[in-house]
Amino acid sequence: MNFNRRQALALSAAAVAFAATGLRARTALAGTEETEKRILDFAGKAPESGKITLTAPEIAENGNTVPVSVKVDSAMSDDDRVVSVMIVADGNPNPEVATFHFTALSGAAAATTRIRLAQTQNVIAVAKMADGSVFMDKKEVKVTIGGCGG
Amino acid sequence: MAAAPKPRVKVPKTAKAGEVVLLKTLISHEMESGQRKDKDGNTIPRKIINKFSCEFNGEQVFSCDIDPAISANPYFEFSAKVNESGAFKFSWVDDDGSVYTDEQKIEVK
Repeated sequence: MNFNRRQALALSAAAVAFAATGLRARTALAGTEETEKRILDFAGKAPESGKITLTAPEIAENGNTVPVSVKVDSAMSDDDRVVSVMIVADGNPNPEVATFHFTALSGAAAATTRIRLAQTQNVIAVAKMADGSVFMDKKEVKVTIGGCGG
Repeated sequence: MAAAPKPRVKVPKTAKAGEVVLLKTLISHEMESGQRKDKDGNTIPRKIINKFSCEFNGEQVFSCDIDPAISANPYFEFSAKVNESGAFKFSWVDDDGSVYTDEQKIEVK
């Protein structure tokens, strides 16, 4: 069987599309319930809103590398400071993304990294303060091309 | 596997005492998530950097627990308060147990 160039291209495009849908269907996703459980495990109670700001793009063209920043309003002195910030994503195979740990030497409770998002979903940041209070912020990121391999 | 992970770190050369400086770190690493399959359908085993930390003169400044949802070539940007001259020590821990490190000096004027 011989294909000309155009036929071969059309076929390979169809194959790629097929593989992509197949993989998407097979990947189990974390879901909101498991994400909320992870937040409770981390925070110990339901977080309040405020103090923490999560910055993420509204639309991410490439889910393989999405820049996200967190910033928490805090003096970062010995007793009023942020201990850790957890980032979770509810539409990835596992909700955990990363957990930052700050110290009094951090100077400012802010960090930036790049994350993978499998699909359009919510990214949530939860901050745990030294006095035990917890705060969260949530952003929906629309993902054009998913970033979980396949 | 690709070339050995190579850390790249940006630290200001000098700072004023008590100044909060911005540190940028990047390490080349494929961060294999453990979700992908090879062409025979076998899962490619997970191999990521699972921990990053930064110390200044032996004291912890910042650390991060990393999950597979961090992109390849993990990049971290954070800040540190410098009160004295010294050296920042950065370390990345791989799933296979190897530790990659880098060190940068800063002078307080």
